Amino acid sequence: MRLRMNQAIALAISEEMELDPRVVVFGEDVAVAEGPFKTSEGLLAKFGPDRVRDTPISETAFLGAAVGAAMTGLRPVTEIMFIEFLGVAFDQLVTEAALMHYMSGGRYNVPMLMRASVGSGLGFGCQHSQTLERWMLGTPGLKLAVASGARSAYGLTRAAIRDDNPVVILEPRSLYGQRENVEPGEESIIELGTADILRTGNDVTIVTLGQTVRVGLEAADSAPWSAEVIDLQTLMPWDKETVLHSVARTGHLVLVEENQYSGGWGTDIASYVVSEAFSDLHAPVLRITAPDVPVPYGPELEQRFLPSSAYVQDQVGALLSTKKTPPPWWEEFL
Amino acid sequence: MSTTSDVAMADSTRRRLELTSSRLTRLERMMEIRLVEDRIQELFAQGLVSGTTHTSQGQEAVAVALAAATRPTDYVSCTYRGHGVALALGLTPEVVLGEVLGRQIGCMGGLGGSMHLSDPDVGLLPTFAIVGAGTPVAVGAALQFSVTQCDGVAVSVFGDGATNIGAFHEGLNLAAVWNLPVIFVCENNLYGEYSPIASTTSVTDIATRAQSYAMASEIVDGQDVDAVEATISRAVERARTGGGPTLVEAKTYRYVGHSRSDKATYRPEGELDSWIARDPIELFAKKLAHDNELGGESVQDIQRRQSELIDAAQETVLASPSGSIAQMFENILAPSRH
Ligand SMILES: Cc1ncc(C[n+]2csc(CCOP(=O)(O)OP(=O)(O)O)c2C)c(N)n1
Ligand SMILES: [Mg+2]
Repeated sequence: MRLRMNQAIALAISEEMELDPRVVVFGEDVAVAEGPFKTSEGLLAKFGPDRVRDTPISETAFLGAAVGAAMTGLRPVTEIMFIEFLGVAFDQLVTEAALMHYMSGGRYNVPMLMRASVGSGLGFGCQHSQTLERWMLGTPGLKLAVASGARSAYGLTRAAIRDDNPVVILEPRSLYGQRENVEPGEESIIELGTADILRTGNDVTIVTLGQTVRVGLEAADSAPWSAEVIDLQTLMPWDKETVLHSVARTGHLVLVEENQYSGGWGTDIASYVVSEAFSDLHAPVLRITAPDVPVPYGPELEQRFLPSSAYVQDQVGALLSTKKTPPPWWEEFL
Repeated sequence: MSTTSDVAMADSTRRRLELTSSRLTRLERMMEIRLVEDRIQELFAQGLVSGTTHTSQGQEAVAVALAAATRPTDYVSCTYRGHGVALALGLTPEVVLGEVLGRQIGCMGGLGGSMHLSDPDVGLLPTFAIVGAGTPVAVGAALQFSVTQCDGVAVSVFGDGATNIGAFHEGLNLAAVWNLPVIFVCENNLYGEYSPIASTTSVTDIATRAQSYAMASEIVDGQDVDAVEATISRAVERARTGGGPTLVEAKTYRYVGHSRSDKATYRPEGELDSWIARDPIELFAKKLAHDNELGGESVQDIQRRQSELIDAAQETVLASPSGSIAQMFENILAPSRH
């Protein structure tokens, strides 16, 4: 069925809540108002105020409560409205939730899902527009996935709720209203740690994530070269096998990232592929990212921040023809 | 007013000082805020602005009162719902509207948008889009005054919902322990986003939270600009003379939804009307008419004059270019010292 991404998320949560009475949902305005982005539509009506709760504006309290509830038997799904708000409660995720299993010698699990909206494109300004995967990257004990539309949001959410670890799912905010075909059911659950090859091709492997999935696909669709476009789907752990396998065939790796260049998720993948598959590569790995600046306000500037499909096409074309990484668009401004 | 640097004085500073000169200027400023915010909503409705905005129609008395009770050399931290406070403190309609519209004339050159207003000339710290974040920062500004032995004060403006976040409690405690010159001004508009206060907050009167920190507090009718000014002035006086921090709770109401997309359907029938019946601008206009302080003009004339000023400001703003690509790379780090 055709679902908006926010509907797919609500459906995934609802189905897991039906299957497992331990699943509870809480966050700011998720119950009565059904979510600031309508990602919990129908949940309060269906499951009642015991399992679906509004919280005060108290991220530390409710994220910490999710940790405690998860350790002692519930399976909380919490919502951080904008990923930046995680900043006020960061400890509970990366120093508490992520380490509880380890600190208990493996005897406590923390089966919780923290969902958060992310990304640029809606004119929310510099404190409400980042993706911030980098805050969590490399944190042992956490899993981290990124939705790229209704279909992956559905599959990842169901998998995350079933996982016995703290899982973070980042949801590009600009995609909540976009529709995709979703086939509800067990078969559509996406195993965490697996990437999805959305388009096969021979000349170049384009690895994308979240909002850049569409960008990569659009760039590939009208390009004179043949690209394999991969939606990475999970960053922690990421699907090394699928990426290495593809690069072994295409000899070229391009990473399209919404984050700033420095410290972006692609650095890890680039370094791994260069280390493990150097001899497969016919050109340097190309990372196409945003510049190292805050997300600007104003539609023209904000559009410039996120790599566009035309820009990706130009950059990949230059890489394939010169076997060198072309300079980024912002070089003239540095 | 006596100053040696009239020539160099920033527009915002001049506008701030005007506010202390008469109650009529305060009425005009409240009208200005209402008109600018109505205008912002219209511009959004016309699709001329992207993103979101949080307006404060109904809360103008608090903004103007706190600006009147403090000096341009004091510091103020405020939230994403900041147009009113910014204009009250002295930022011009051009600078505020310009920022909202993403124009270079805006206070961040158009790169910040509605939630990011600031002006050091009147002590407005960049407004905070993260709930609670401005409270400890104001405490720091007060610490600066304390360390440098100035009689300046810092004001932290925030909502009722923000008093449920750790930063609020930590900030108040630190200010109390260090006896800092800071005034915490809570605009209790009864809702945090779509949630009524009773569903999220364990107390009805936010002011009672001061007791946990052995701090002075006061509750005031937020629709009465004179009353708010008097209350904040008492707190400012206490702070300037070493008496430490105060938590002021102004009971007020926002007429519109939380943000642009919010139709505010969660409010009980009649609630909005009962607040509009005590509109802060109308109350004050009546009072000034009664006290013969309208300068011989009718309220309608004053209103019309303000409206024309906003028309002119809007024209100036629309003639200003949008933020440029090159600006994206500016102001990220302070220039290096050679
Ligand atoms: C840490 C954090 N959590 C959540 C939000 C989202 N948010 C923005 S405003 C708001 C409501 C704030 O309510 P209140 O403090 O009463 O201020 P008001 O908006 O009513 O002026 C919320 C939840 C945020 N900006 N920052
Ligand atoms: Mg409020």
